Amino acid sequence: MFDFSIVTNWIHEWLLSLMPEGWAIFVECVAVGIGIILLYALLAIILIFMERKVCAAFQCRLGPTRVGPWGTIQVICDVLKMLTKEIFTPKGVDKKLYNLAPYMILLASFLTFACLPVSKGLEVLDFNVGIFFLLAASSIGVVGILLAGWSSNNKFSIIGAMRSGAQIISYELSAGMAILTMVVLAGTMQISEMVSGQASGWLIFTGHIPALIAFVIYLIAGNAECNRGPFDLPEAESELTAGYHTEYSGMGFGFFYLAEYLNLFIVAAIAATVFLGGWMPLHIPGLDGFNTVMDYIPGFVWYFGKAFFVVFLMMWMRWSFPRLRIDQILALEWKYLVPISMVNLLLMAVIVTLGWHF
Amino acid sequence: MTLETVVFYFLAAFIAVCSVLTVTTNRIMRAATCLLLVLFGTAGIYFLLGYTFLGSVQIMVYAGGIVVLYVFSILLTSGQGDVAEGLKRDKFLAGLAAAIAGAGIVVFITLKHKFLAPTELLPTEINIKLIGQQMLSGDKYGYLLPFEAVSVLLLACIVGGILIARKR
Repeated sequence: MFDFSIVTNWIHEWLLSLMPEGWAIFVECVAVGIGIILLYALLAIILIFMERKVCAAFQCRLGPTRVGPWGTIQVICDVLKMLTKEIFTPKGVDKKLYNLAPYMILLASFLTFACLPVSKGLEVLDFNVGIFFLLAASSIGVVGILLAGWSSNNKFSIIGAMRSGAQIISYELSAGMAILTMVVLAGTMQISEMVSGQASGWLIFTGHIPALIAFVIYLIAGNAECNRGPFDLPEAESELTAGYHTEYSGMGFGFFYLAEYLNLFIVAAIAATVFLGGWMPLHIPGLDGFNTVMDYIPGFVWYFGKAFFVVFLMMWMRWSFPRLRIDQILALEWKYLVPISMVNLLLMAVIVTLGWHF
Repeated sequence: MTLETVVFYFLAAFIAVCSVLTVTTNRIMRAATCLLLVLFGTAGIYFLLGYTFLGSVQIMVYAGGIVVLYVFSILLTSGQGDVAEGLKRDKFLAGLAAAIAGAGIVVFITLKHKFLAPTELLPTEINIKLIGQQMLSGDKYGYLLPFEAVSVLLLACIVGGILIARKR
């Protein structure tokens, strides 16, 4: 498995030979930041294209086909259109908060995105409390949604924001609990250690029954946290026009759209890291030849492959189920998912204590 | 001047400006947002010191929990156009006196306190396992009693909430 820390260390040494350490770290921070933003934008374009094609397939359509081969240039054109649109501020909004809200959502999204271990040695934020920091950072996003709804001075926006807030705060609980279950099994919270601990088998296989239950709960809660799928009533277009981002135009709306798709990817990537082994190739204990062949596939290919597989699962969910009512959403969370995930956490603790996992 | 010092001064100035904005703005939602930025700045200082656990807790509990609760209750109770009235003279004077007294105490302690020179300059991260064991240990320097006391407090809050919100 190629270790990218060789490359990053080499860059660090090279910068140290040119300038003092403080400046070198500063330059590296800026470079990493630009890299994250570029990857973020690129992934958003891929995800929007994928969503349109997957949605089309589920509805027996073709999706975009006209612009470029198989319609691949379509999304780039949409992005250009969005960039050139006028940013319009309606009358009576709280201008400062109205302009701040999209950035708040992007901030939460960037912070969580920086935690993802794309390949060996390519972790950006790798704390001892990694997973906990990730959960903390993702909880900022809801503030942005509430601010956007409130500052827009619009009834639809405020109802959308209230629904979204209630939904995200509730579902954070079971998503966190599902991840906690896997932390019990992995025995560490540091993301890089968690991934390297899965060399002998991904956690979803070694943890068998409770890990599978946690995976399903995490997928449901993840879909709800992105305001997607059967849980998209914060922006239920038939009732609320577009929910909390009704009053935004141009790139203001673009940021919400970007963050929504990237949050989908982040949720999928966390699932890929925690349950499916991150960049760790598929290893079957005993089959050494097979394991060596698998090691030749680079880590980031495994990582993006797994993440996009989970993204596909979540899109499947979105386009297959009808939308729930708000009381049904809250009942599903508080009466079913939270008790199940609590019992599941206990079950996992018992299994780990007795050593019944692989 | 190292990078850490520059970041520290930046964060300190950010916290100071946002704190002042929190109390001087007359719209409650803006005050809540500024408070959120202050809490972010504080979390930033924790990260600078290498206290990643404390920083994460700060973001999780204060930014993701308490400020969201504030914003939610503002959303439920007040309207868009609500603007706080100007301060009365006696209130203003009392607030000013309290602020000056507080600043005086802080400056006095800072000047009086003998700061130890740090033995290790680089911030060190404490292992999460150690934090967890300290949190639930009943030994010397263990935090079991405060931990349980806080849980009782939270339980009391939950019972109180149900009592107020139940249908009669």
